[in-house]
Amino acid sequence: MASRRAALRKTSNVVFVIFCAATTIIALGVLAAILYSLLSQGVGGLNLDIFTKSTPAAGSPGGLANAIVGSLMICALAMLMAIVVGILAGTWLAEFGGDSFYAKVVRFLNDMLLSAPSILVGLVVYYFMVAHLIGHFSGYAGAVALALIAVPVVTRTTEDVLKLQPSSLRESGVALGAPVWITVRKIMWRAAMGGLVTGGLLAFARISGETAPLMFTALNNQFFSLDMSHPMANLPQVIFNFALTAYDDLRRLAWVGALLIAVAVLAAQIIARIIIREQRRS
Amino acid sequence: MTTAVESVVRRAPREAAFDPIFKALCFAAATMLLAALGGILVALTIGGWPALHRFGFSFFTVTTWNPVTDVYGAAGPIAGTIVTSVLALAMALPLAFGVSVFLVEFAPRAIRRPVAIAVELLAGIPSIVYGMWGLFVFAPFFAQHVQLPIAMAATPGSLLEKLTAGVPNGANIFTASVILAIMILPYMASVFRELMLTVPPQLRESAYGMGATAMEVVWQVLLPYVRKSAIGAVMLGLGRALGETMAVTFIIGNSHGLPKSLFDSGSTLASTIANEFAEATSDMHTSALIALGLVLFLITFAVLAMARALLGVQRTY
Amino acid sequence: MNDLSRETFDTHTVEIPSAEIKMQVKNLDFFYGKNRALHSVNLPIKANSVTAMIGPSGCGKSTLLRAMNRIYALYPGQRAKGEILLDGEDILDPKVDLTVLRTRVGMVFQKPTPFPMSIFDNVAFGLRMHEQLSRGEMKDRVEESLQRAALWDEVKDKLNTSGLGLSGGQQQRLCVARSIAVKPEVLLLDEPASALDPISTSKLEDTISELKSDYTIVIVTHNLQQAARIADYTAFMYLGKLIEFGETEGLFTKPRSTQTADYVTGRFG
Repeated sequence: MASRRAALRKTSNVVFVIFCAATTIIALGVLAAILYSLLSQGVGGLNLDIFTKSTPAAGSPGGLANAIVGSLMICALAMLMAIVVGILAGTWLAEFGGDSFYAKVVRFLNDMLLSAPSILVGLVVYYFMVAHLIGHFSGYAGAVALALIAVPVVTRTTEDVLKLQPSSLRESGVALGAPVWITVRKIMWRAAMGGLVTGGLLAFARISGETAPLMFTALNNQFFSLDMSHPMANLPQVIFNFALTAYDDLRRLAWVGALLIAVAVLAAQIIARIIIREQRRS
Repeated sequence: MTTAVESVVRRAPREAAFDPIFKALCFAAATMLLAALGGILVALTIGGWPALHRFGFSFFTVTTWNPVTDVYGAAGPIAGTIVTSVLALAMALPLAFGVSVFLVEFAPRAIRRPVAIAVELLAGIPSIVYGMWGLFVFAPFFAQHVQLPIAMAATPGSLLEKLTAGVPNGANIFTASVILAIMILPYMASVFRELMLTVPPQLRESAYGMGATAMEVVWQVLLPYVRKSAIGAVMLGLGRALGETMAVTFIIGNSHGLPKSLFDSGSTLASTIANEFAEATSDMHTSALIALGLVLFLITFAVLAMARALLGVQRTY
Repeated sequence: MNDLSRETFDTHTVEIPSAEIKMQVKNLDFFYGKNRALHSVNLPIKANSVTAMIGPSGCGKSTLLRAMNRIYALYPGQRAKGEILLDGEDILDPKVDLTVLRTRVGMVFQKPTPFPMSIFDNVAFGLRMHEQLSRGEMKDRVEESLQRAALWDEVKDKLNTSGLGLSGGQQQRLCVARSIAVKPEVLLLDEPASALDPISTSKLEDTISELKSDYTIVIVTHNLQQAARIADYTAFMYLGKLIEFGETEGLFTKPRSTQTADYVTGRFG
């Protein structure tokens, strides 16, 4: 009897291990297939034109220059807003809010915003800015929408990294008679700098691939434009539009765009990891 | 009195005057978050009100979606959203579980960290990439190698045929669920792995020390220890799946009304908004779309709030 | 052990001539929320001497120390009732400017926490905030502080490197240099050697003994031998009450209270 039970346990364990290994292989295999498609389709379309020419109509030669520049500008503005608001908000939560009810509410809502569907953010910015405030689509509205998605990430990482600092660090500054502003700026933020940068990079990784929020805010622009107060070309929107056309050359451009975005996202994440590892080492 | 320190001039630092301003700025930033979420709710409610007012409760139950006659019902997108998300979760969960257990218990030491890092990096790939892969690679493959063979093999009138009826173009709720599952898989695997790494090593060691097999350790020691957080993580994955737009829009077929089979096209709340908002034909159409947004917001809010309650204030990104 | 919370008692204490008192704690109560951590503490701190506060964990010695520079004000639930007189003026008065108070009463913490900046900037931190000094004066003051903290020789060639690159013992002496740079009158030390190895501890203790000629020093320690080595006066606390206070040698060799005797002989704590 005992040996039968032992054999059963042993067999089920083997089955379990095989299951786990199999799932890993399947999961990694699928993800590898996706990366393979991305690389093979995207790299094949890479050439200098991508970075020098604007998006074409079907059949004509062109590139993604306007979309790349547009995306960079919108993301840069969004990150600027998100970093300012996010670091201040995260600092408030870590240094001033403590365990108060208001702080708990802010933390909760921040987490909700963190995982909120990004299309809703786009919809709302459309409603307030595009429909009512400005009257037309604009790159600024797009930046605001992306900023709303990035802020919770920055807030969260800022609060977490500030709370990780030993309380005696803050107290040392205060014990020397430093006012709060100096303690936070010269001591706490500096000590947490690695974490703050990481938060920014993660937020950037998050928004650089977002399409839905830009659909109703920045819309898209066929031509090269640096004017953010009007519709602005951006990579995700171009990918979305071109992918759904029936033209091979446009679809090819869509793959190239997807590859560029994926590379940007991975680069940001990898840099963030390197920073974390360097910090841990020191 | 003490010695030579009286010659020191003591004054409060100039910067102290900035303190109240700084605190106010920080507070304002924190309040902006509140305002943002409040603003979302307000905008969606005001924008969606005309449609909700016109159709009342039937908005949630009617499947008609007709821009021509301006009659809208959200039942189709709601059903599509829930079905795809639940299906995606059902497919992703066992895989994510297996991957995380493999990485924690069975993988050779040398590859544990690299693979774990790879999984985490993949979790950051934007959804539009998954959407494109789904549209250009998976959908044709599925149509060719799954839908057609089944369509030809299924006897007319059988249950199999009913379940799999649909245009063999690979754009249906099942394929959308698969893409969605692939999308949330890396994220869930990372979270599960991190959760299992929080189990104190002594607990694992004493279980192994009693002669338990790996499977028993995982099921009877590790999982119960993280049960609450694990459920929270599952709900978080669900919350993300519910709101996912780009991965789904390309491949769900975007037809209104309830899908009639697994392989029939459908729509989700997010995909409908994405597809129709830019060309909404009338104010009522726009309002109906915004009302869809409100429904999506309420559903995800409820799920995410529950997830947070279970996960505690831990990692949520 | 007797249940001290219920019996009334007198602290066994010694008199110090008021002209020689730098700081006087009068009837101090301290609360963490609703919990009372200090009960009517009366303690004189003699100028230009080292006063040690000893007692088992949770006796309130750190609480008392942290009241002396009002660092507890950072935490909303904590409050003090009573008086702490510095040269006759009550520092618990709400009208007292805390940033100025802390230039008169400095503090070194248990865990060495150099600021994330260069060694020079660490020491100059307080100076830059509170005083208007020329660059030359600044350099002199920094060197002076590092000399007094017995760190100058070890860092004089690398003043621009990060403070975080020093060893634990050096970091702690950097924190001492940082605190004394603004020339406080009183220096509070909260178990400063507990994170250090014996050699660094011994160097730190020598520094402390050196400093008392210019500063009044209060040190919290759980190391009885350390108190015996460097303190002129010792205060023994238990359960938030000051049990005994007196010259160190007398307190250790002829304690007047049984609790003191039990503690210093290792019966508990």
